[in-house]
Amino acid sequence: MRYLDEYRAGDVCKRIADAIARTTTRTWVLMEVCGGQTHSIVRYGIDRMLPSSVELVHGPGCPVCVTSLEMIDRAHAIATMPDVVFTSFGDMLRVPGSRGDLLTLRSRGADVRIVYSPLDALEIARKNPDKRVVFFGIGFETTAPANAMAVHLAKREGVSNFSMLVSHVLVPPAMAAILQTKGNRVQAFLGPGHVCAVMGLGDYEVLSQRYRVPIVVTGFEPVDLLEGVLCCVRQLEQGRAEVENQYSRTVAHGGNRAARELTAKVFDVVDRKWRGVGTIPRSGYRLAPEYSAHDAERLFDVDTIVTEESAACISGLVLRGLKKPRDCPAFGKACTPQTPLGATMVSGEGACAAYYQYGRHPGATLDKPVAMGEDDVL
Amino acid sequence: MCLGIPGEVMEISEEDGVLTGKVRFGGVSREVCLACVPDVVVGDYVLVHVGFALTKIDAEEAARTYEILLELAGAEEGLS
Repeated sequence: MRYLDEYRAGDVCKRIADAIARTTTRTWVLMEVCGGQTHSIVRYGIDRMLPSSVELVHGPGCPVCVTSLEMIDRAHAIATMPDVVFTSFGDMLRVPGSRGDLLTLRSRGADVRIVYSPLDALEIARKNPDKRVVFFGIGFETTAPANAMAVHLAKREGVSNFSMLVSHVLVPPAMAAILQTKGNRVQAFLGPGHVCAVMGLGDYEVLSQRYRVPIVVTGFEPVDLLEGVLCCVRQLEQGRAEVENQYSRTVAHGGNRAARELTAKVFDVVDRKWRGVGTIPRSGYRLAPEYSAHDAERLFDVDTIVTEESAACISGLVLRGLKKPRDCPAFGKACTPQTPLGATMVSGEGACAAYYQYGRHPGATLDKPVAMGEDDVL
Repeated sequence: MCLGIPGEVMEISEEDGVLTGKVRFGGVSREVCLACVPDVVVGDYVLVHVGFALTKIDAEEAARTYEILLELAGAEEGLS
């Protein structure tokens, strides 16, 4: 497939990896921000193509992982209410809250449905005017325009039985929080390509200047990721700290103006609690007051929820790049994708789940990346 | 979660004032909302995330940067 195959070419990857090895003269710690990048890196073994002096640590960029337990419990409570059809992206359904996951709830008779798009959830609402259709609106800036469009159309068409439980998170405040963490190890970032396709580079230029940190906006395929690492290492070796755009075929400097405007119209920026990390100021979206008729948090009266995380879990340290999955005594033992103890094991894009899936856990019989070119994009 | 897939726009239409279209990903095609890529034409590639086109893929920029990448890796090899 065009724009995929050529970015998975093994010989090109090898050449870039060689260039990285030749460029590197000392140790560097890089963080890939986005969970999709983490998944690709572990899946293709990109980190193992790098010289040992270049370490990749894995960022907080998995919205499924960082959705707070309170919000999952709220989803759970809403899904059990009468006449509710609760809709969500599939990977959110198996995330355990304090009262179990949504998939289990469905097996007990609740009407919980997986949708591919928030626009599909809106269509369910149009076709079922006697039901209250709720969509679990999670994601980063990448997903915000689609979610915004669903709410915008619901208001415009008067689809009053459609609402959204919004738990959106934003990338730049999380990067700032990582850089401010005591003991921070991150010296450069592979920036989140698809977030930037929407939002542009402006916020990242501010971060790069303020913290004197190189940020290379990077795509998701092996060639992209290796080129992103090469650009980061070059900047570090030369003492530069700039924003570079490795992913210019997809990311324009200003992002997508129409998508940004739609997002800004429908959502307001708020403080948001991140699972494993805590509350980060101005790091999320909620629906703007103009759209409050479609705000599930307002429409469904859910009691105050207080939750506790497992004491054994170190996901907060993993999400900030301070620890790796294998540093955790529970990894692959008490904590597996079937019985996740915390944020980074709950979704395939969490660092712990990605390590587990590709055989990097104690007792694994397979510890081998997927060959370049193997393809499961759909 | 932020997975985006490049696909080729095969048809463009308007439904209730919203630009929509059929986009092909290899052998599979599906309906995609094109509201945020208003200048899209049939044959363009768009990056699709949860049924929504986030941006057009810039074919010239892709060709240009890939060329530079190959030169870069090749040239460094020549120097070593």
